[in-house]
Amino acid sequence: MPPLHRLPWISRMGLPAAIAAIALALSIASPNFASWGNLINVFRQISINGILAVGVTWVLLCGGVDLSLGSQVALAGVVAAHFAHPGAFPTSLPFLLGIAAGAACGLANGLVITRWRVAPFVATLGMMTAARGLALVLSDGKPVSNLSRGFTRLGTGDWLGIPLPVLVFLGLSFFSAMILKYFRLGRYVYAVGGNEQAALVSGIRVDRIKRLSYAICGASAGLAGTVLAARITTGQPNAGLGYELDAIAAAVIGGTSLSGGAGGIGGTLLGALLLGILNNGLDLLNVSSYYQAIIKGGIIVGAVVLDQRRIREESESR
Amino acid sequence: MPESGETILEVRAVSKAFAGTRALECVDLDLRSGEVHALVGENGAGKSTLMNILVGLVPPDQGEILLRGRRLPRHTPQGALRAGISMIHQELLPFREMTVAENIAMGREPICRFPGWVDRSVMNRQSAELLQRLGLDLPPGRKMKELRVAEWQVVEIAKAIAWEARVIIMDEPTSALSERETERLIEVIGDLKRLGVAIIYISHKLEEVFQLADRITVLRDGRRILTEEARSLDEKSLIRLMVGRDVPPRIRKGSPPKGQEILRTEGLSRKGAFRNISFRLREGEILGIAGLMGAGRTELVRVLFGLETPSAGEIRVQGRKVAFRHPGEALAGGIALVPEDRKSSGFIPALSVQHNLTLTNLQRFCRFGGWIDRTREEQAAAGQCRTFSIGCGGLGRPVRLLSGGNQQKVVVAKAMLKEPLVLLLDEPTRGIDIGARQDMYETILRFASQGMAILMVSSDLPEILSLSDRVLVMRQGTLAAEMETANTTAEEILHYAMPVGA
Repeated sequence: MPPLHRLPWISRMGLPAAIAAIALALSIASPNFASWGNLINVFRQISINGILAVGVTWVLLCGGVDLSLGSQVALAGVVAAHFAHPGAFPTSLPFLLGIAAGAACGLANGLVITRWRVAPFVATLGMMTAARGLALVLSDGKPVSNLSRGFTRLGTGDWLGIPLPVLVFLGLSFFSAMILKYFRLGRYVYAVGGNEQAALVSGIRVDRIKRLSYAICGASAGLAGTVLAARITTGQPNAGLGYELDAIAAAVIGGTSLSGGAGGIGGTLLGALLLGILNNGLDLLNVSSYYQAIIKGGIIVGAVVLDQRRIREESESR
Repeated sequence: MPESGETILEVRAVSKAFAGTRALECVDLDLRSGEVHALVGENGAGKSTLMNILVGLVPPDQGEILLRGRRLPRHTPQGALRAGISMIHQELLPFREMTVAENIAMGREPICRFPGWVDRSVMNRQSAELLQRLGLDLPPGRKMKELRVAEWQVVEIAKAIAWEARVIIMDEPTSALSERETERLIEVIGDLKRLGVAIIYISHKLEEVFQLADRITVLRDGRRILTEEARSLDEKSLIRLMVGRDVPPRIRKGSPPKGQEILRTEGLSRKGAFRNISFRLREGEILGIAGLMGAGRTELVRVLFGLETPSAGEIRVQGRKVAFRHPGEALAGGIALVPEDRKSSGFIPALSVQHNLTLTNLQRFCRFGGWIDRTREEQAAAGQCRTFSIGCGGLGRPVRLLSGGNQQKVVVAKAMLKEPLVLLLDEPTRGIDIGARQDMYETILRFASQGMAILMVSSDLPEILSLSDRVLVMRQGTLAAEMETANTTAEEILHYAMPVGA
């Protein structure tokens, strides 16, 4: 059956092809686009959203969703900044505490969802409000500034010409992709998202896998928040508003199913890249951000429509 | 009312292919008013496709459908309903939060002319009349979620009548019904016949088919094999037509094995489900559990597998007392389960055959920190595919794309990878075709001969009678009888299974 062989190819190549086409069009339209400096810039711009998108992919794969990522970013930034004043603590401490703040939020999400059977949408909506509130309480509603150079280097420095946030993003992606693809934990995540009841009957500790996924997602958000605080050299309690939606959008464009069990980090990476290239390119072309939002919205829905069509064709080819 | 015996629906030379695979090839079917027309065939024979075409869910590639001699144009689900073709699906999905009347009137609610809102009193009255006509006393104001599955079905039938259905398709209507409810349904079908409704009846239960059908059409591999008066066929010849070969009866002979005791329960209870269940299960023994829907059989299995906790009593495996907190512990303790509902809890549809097969025992292929050795995993999966003769078309194929019988084999093979001492089977052959059913029986018998202890819940009495060594009959949450299969009959089992005082 030729269609069966052809379809995965299309679905795998569709997104890279779209990215290539857009990149080509942009580099013709704007000569600045294809420069090395600008490409580095694109990656720098997508690193925060990319880190969040990789984290939320874990949660989406096991059939959940996390709407509290943006607030976790703010909380983690504020927490990290608190411990990042010059000379106060070793540089690694704010970094670790930022991640821990996010992980704690994620774990709390997971516990509420698995212990009390609250729908993920509702549980994380609550966390979205609560974590934001906590960030405001801890910072007294004001940006936490005067951060040590050692700490801000995480957001502004580079290594071999590659910005550190980009390296963090790529490192986390690699780590997540390996676990999801080659490790038992990853297999279980797909199983839980694919059919929770069947996973349970197969002896998988479904609740544990979910809690762990939310915690990993939270830790990623904590990481993103810490990197963001380092980059803007302040812990902003109002940072990260709406970031969760961009992260989910990147994952979904990349083919991760909102109902769980299908997709992966590779797609999420491409999804984040597509959004980043569009942002950057349309900026270069002086397209108003209002129009950019409309285009982005269309792409999110369009990607899902294509994905649904693929799934339908695949199951009809039975 | 149409004259009885007049042809009302004609399917002419309908063909349908999905992505190059033929699902139906030039199939004809004619339906007379007031007849029950059984449609039989193995899974994958094309029954569902044909029905989906009739109700307008799938357009045919070729051929046409004539309703009272008139060709149906632009066939859509709405159009089919309007034309008088209704379907009672195997898995009913009523609007649970709405009332009986609201469900019956769905899509054609009586509207007050001026304000434009739904006239509830008219709606309730019409529904009540309709239900009465079908000889049923369901209050129209009752919410669907308070009713039983059998009653949902009746509401569906009432809805079909409300749409003035000339043709009602029933897909495995008795699969979730008790004996008593089935009898009731048969009465309703009789009433429908008198109203001149033509019924297409799809069922794997041939006994029912012969009891009900006026004519039988056999489909095999997307073709119509024949259409014949039911009385000129018998079960044996029908099976032969369906599978294209003889199916030998397999009967477990001899007295129950006297091996070592593997599983034992004492006074096992779970509040609201069953109470005081004590039994023992020996090595190499097949223990059947019979009973009606709601007798607590599935709940018992769930407790044995650690999906739920008992409220009293104890479970012993090889003499050792166990208290499983979740299925992982049960699997580790030597108990595996093939669950009742394959689709909802048997497998992960999007995962490949290989990944499904190894799910229960993934740690066996893991090294340092959970890294999966894929070579060894693949070898094991390929071995399982051979052992269970799973026709999967490649280990990487998602299980979703397999046929029902092969899916069920995957579920069983998955449970077996852990090499359990006890295998719990909950309705192991429900909804699978006869060929796959025979495979399943052979598999069960093979396991037993290898010394595995098998506990089989089944609503199919012939299955229990032909396979099990002993039978437990459950009734309203209690153990009503325990018998050696060789010394009992279907009638006796049914006698014990029937609710007392009802």
